[in-house]
Amino acid sequence: MLPQLFFGYYAVVIVFLSMLVVMGKNPVHSVMWMLLLFFHIAGLYLFLNAEFIAAIQVIVYAGAILVLFLFVVLLLNLKEELKIDRFIGSWPAALFITSAFFVLVSIALKSMVLGPSGKYTVAFIQQETHTKAIGKLLYTEFLFPFEIASLILLVAVIGAIVLAKRKLRS
Amino acid sequence: MVPLQWYLMLSAAVFVIGMFGFLTRKNIIIMFMSVELMLNAVNISLISFSHYLQDMRGHILVFLVVTVAASEAAIGLAIIIALFRNKQTAHVNEMNEMKG
Repeated sequence: MLPQLFFGYYAVVIVFLSMLVVMGKNPVHSVMWMLLLFFHIAGLYLFLNAEFIAAIQVIVYAGAILVLFLFVVLLLNLKEELKIDRFIGSWPAALFITSAFFVLVSIALKSMVLGPSGKYTVAFIQQETHTKAIGKLLYTEFLFPFEIASLILLVAVIGAIVLAKRKLRS
Repeated sequence: MVPLQWYLMLSAAVFVIGMFGFLTRKNIIIMFMSVELMLNAVNISLISFSHYLQDMRGHILVFLVVTVAASEAAIGLAIIIALFRNKQTAHVNEMNEMKG
């Protein structure tokens, strides 16, 4: 009973907060709701025995990405943005498409069959610790994707500087 | 024990809300935040699959998704700043230089 109660709380709060993020008038408020949303998603990850991913969620998403968003929102002058309409005119069509998609997914979930289980049971992860298990996998089997991820980050660093730099007049 | 379907339904709900926001909002920053929302929904489903299938590979995938999301946020926000410098607006309807 208690796990269902916990999950129910997280599910209701996550859905409600994501609605607030999408519908909100002021982008600064949206960023703040999103901060709360990311903390709740991190709590859900803890609930699923993924403590390293929960820490990553808080540090990278809440600590780095959202601060970047907040800086950009505060940098841009959005005074006149608050006065005009938030949504495009044909939003009912989008509502129809997205609800149809949701219904489709929920019908598909009914007939889902899980594949065979792997060796990382909860007891195994508890014995080995989650961070060690993830590190072993990341630096052996997934070494090449890891290097590609570092390359992507390098491209992002250089690209962000080049794009946001002011043109120097010579 | 909470069934896996509940997690997947939650993930689908968050994804759909993000999709709605991306399709309908005019403010380009909120559109960008909706993309982050969709990425988070996918992360929830990956972690729950990983937990219920007792496999660690979903966690690695989430790790890589977070990396891509961080670089995407950096590049996208740089583009938004460059756009705002030229157009003085964060409104997607006004960005029609390429006549697409």
